[in-house]
Amino acid sequence: MSKPILRTEDLCLVYGKGTPFEKQAVKNVNIEINRGEVIGVIGHTGSGKSTLMQMLNGLIKPTSGKVYLDGTDIHADKKKLRDVRFRVGLVFQYPENQLFEETVRQDIAFGPRNMGLPDESIQKRVMRAAAFSGLKEELLDRSPFDLSGGEKRRAAIAGVIAMDPEILILDEPTAGLDPMGRDVLLSQIEAYHKSRNNTVLLVSHSMEDIAGIADKVLVMNHGVCEMFDTTRNVFSRSEELETMGLRVPQITKITTELRKKGVPLSEGILTVEDAFKEISAILKKGGRI
Amino acid sequence: MRDITLGQYYPSNGILHRLDPRIKVLLLIGVIVLIFCTFNFFALGVAALLVATSVILSKVPIKLYLKSMKAIIIVILITSLLNLFYGTGEPLWSFWIFKITKDGIENSIYVTVRIISLVMVSSSLTFTTSPTDLTDALERLMKPLSFFKVKTHEIAMMMTIALRFVPTLLEETDKIMSAQKARGADMESGNLIKRIKALIPILIPLFVSAFRRAYELAMAMECRCYQGGEGRTRMKQLHLSARDFVALFVFVVAVAGVVLCNIFL
Repeated sequence: MSKPILRTEDLCLVYGKGTPFEKQAVKNVNIEINRGEVIGVIGHTGSGKSTLMQMLNGLIKPTSGKVYLDGTDIHADKKKLRDVRFRVGLVFQYPENQLFEETVRQDIAFGPRNMGLPDESIQKRVMRAAAFSGLKEELLDRSPFDLSGGEKRRAAIAGVIAMDPEILILDEPTAGLDPMGRDVLLSQIEAYHKSRNNTVLLVSHSMEDIAGIADKVLVMNHGVCEMFDTTRNVFSRSEELETMGLRVPQITKITTELRKKGVPLSEGILTVEDAFKEISAILKKGGRI
Repeated sequence: MRDITLGQYYPSNGILHRLDPRIKVLLLIGVIVLIFCTFNFFALGVAALLVATSVILSKVPIKLYLKSMKAIIIVILITSLLNLFYGTGEPLWSFWIFKITKDGIENSIYVTVRIISLVMVSSSLTFTTSPTDLTDALERLMKPLSFFKVKTHEIAMMMTIALRFVPTLLEETDKIMSAQKARGADMESGNLIKRIKALIPILIPLFVSAFRRAYELAMAMECRCYQGGEGRTRMKQLHLSARDFVALFVFVVAVAGVVLCNIFL
């Protein structure tokens, strides 16, 4: 195993230190993320997920602890912090609220332009990012404010993808999208990941989304990293997850109950497709569910 | 961004918090007038004592008051220095075009104490009165103006909404700034023009979202059939109580003190 691309060491963040509103948002987080992994991040509202994500690209400076990108402390050199943000791309919640340019094309180019790339290279990146996020080419010369909600979301995500970050962090990219839009967006993120082999961190409230795409899952609860393990292992601890206000994917719950009733399914089934395969195999053999 | 305190409300259970906001607004105006009607040090002392009492009674940490002083410390310095050098009469000390007179020293003390008192007493109102109470009080006090066809309720409503959205918009600004920084926006370096240009990616989304919020709010108000002041009742009725009269009495005593000092000392 090569060394981790992103590593945190006792990461802590306290908001409003020394005031009556003091709150510890993140407590002693130690994680290691390897190149090419897809990590799902879950936790109920206010568990410190978003704060942690913003610390990973240096937008929030930790009160104590360190973030290492490729072995170097990201806060060691202030001038390099901007480069860190190009390497660790962060798509915020409801990213469509950040669109501002006259055309979608210019807006997507904002990131690459800040990187100081030459014009042709920027245009190439814009086209590629638009294609990855499923934005039709004819939309590129429209005003971002004329797009539909889903298209705006895609344009905003393309704006980060255009920087071609080694690590892509998406904070609830599917919030507020219709079911169809969610599925399409997720599969596009997956396809993007596969073609670039970059590292992806996906924050989501939908366990189904996470189960379908993530290799590993990071569970945050009251600012503490409670679990950081393979998706299968995390979702096999359904009772613990429920005490944190989380749950396992519905299909995992159903198959676990079926197993308890004696149906010979394998442990920790995460997606409907896998469940379908196993159940139809049992039925074919003449078994009963 | 979040540290901006513009005389923010500080919840507590002090006596000033429980006073009727209308009385507080009237008293504030009264005290401001009083501060400027002091013509000797004794009268000024009485007024300053009144302000100090209100600061202590507000049960708000003195640190917060000092914080609000910080913003105007330069104003105080400049005005007191100007007064110091522009006095008339026998110079006590002089150098080149600068001369300091007894008159100048006195003036600069007056001005300093007055400005500090003004800021303190106004802060004690905003610290102890929630924005809704404040606008409520202003609406009631403006009531007589409705005789002249001034839409007092609408004005108060606009003020309430504006105050309500200050923290929301600050939070929004914070978020947009982070989002643009994540795309490499550079707001900390470069010359003036470059920095102003760097604000565009923040201001445009901010305006868009402010307009969207305004539109949504108007829609929501219309959906609940909101329509202005006429015949509208309130959940929280304002009543004068004994402590309001005590406060008024204290103020009257202070006025008497200032007047007596002005005449006899």
